[in-house]
Amino acid sequence: MIESDTTLDTLGYFCPMPIIMTSKKIKQLTMGQVLEVLSDDEGIKKDMPAWCQTTGHEMVGLEEEEADPKMVYKAYVRKSK
Amino acid sequence: MSMTQVEPATTLAQLQETKPDKVTIVLLSGDMDKAMAAFIIATGAAAMGMQVTMFFTFWGLNVIRKEGATSSAKDFLRKAFGWLNKGGAKNLPLSRFHFGGLGSIMMKKVMKDNRMPSVPELLETAQDLGVNMIACTTTLGLLGISKDTLIDGIDQLAGVSTYLAEAKDGAVNLFI
Repeated sequence: MIESDTTLDTLGYFCPMPIIMTSKKIKQLTMGQVLEVLSDDEGIKKDMPAWCQTTGHEMVGLEEEEADPKMVYKAYVRKSK
Repeated sequence: MSMTQVEPATTLAQLQETKPDKVTIVLLSGDMDKAMAAFIIATGAAAMGMQVTMFFTFWGLNVIRKEGATSSAKDFLRKAFGWLNKGGAKNLPLSRFHFGGLGSIMMKKVMKDNRMPSVPELLETAQDLGVNMIACTTTLGLLGISKDTLIDGIDQLAGVSTYLAEAKDGAVNLFI
């Protein structure tokens, strides 16, 4: 269980929306805060670390949760720049 | 006459740190599916902090034309062409299974039901994210499209040199 300061719900959205929504949301956070991104697009598992690597934010972790009808992924990003 | 010694201001590493990666996309196609791919890459790259330039040419210009805009050409051939070649991001055909418009209506429904952004929505998102949009002047002239029938927010009307000036520094350059 990873602690987060705020949550962004991107459930039901496909690439590139979760990443675009994350890039907008992270601007509202202060340095060091952790954003939890909920997504049911499996691509997020690869895309969020890639986004973090390119933008310089820290990928804190990723959790998966069995849900109906699809798996829910929770990506945690710490604002680092 | 004395020469002034110029200090190398920054190391390569520093330059790379401060300069965002550049992405350029040439959109030649006016097909809905190809425009979608172009905008998904453009918006994704912009969200990753990259500096994105989209260069619209030939049929790709239809994507950034106002809906229902007609040709401003005076000569018959280009006028006829403008009548055949309708613009508007909403009205793009599918590259496959278009079936006289039925295919694209079906595709739009599937996309909407699955909360996928449409081409007009992707275009708006790209503009929000600061994607630089350039319309090719040569093909505007060739197809008889006047610049006032393009949507708002097209940053430049330019040619191949402008594209190449961007593309030579591009980390990713795509032709769609």
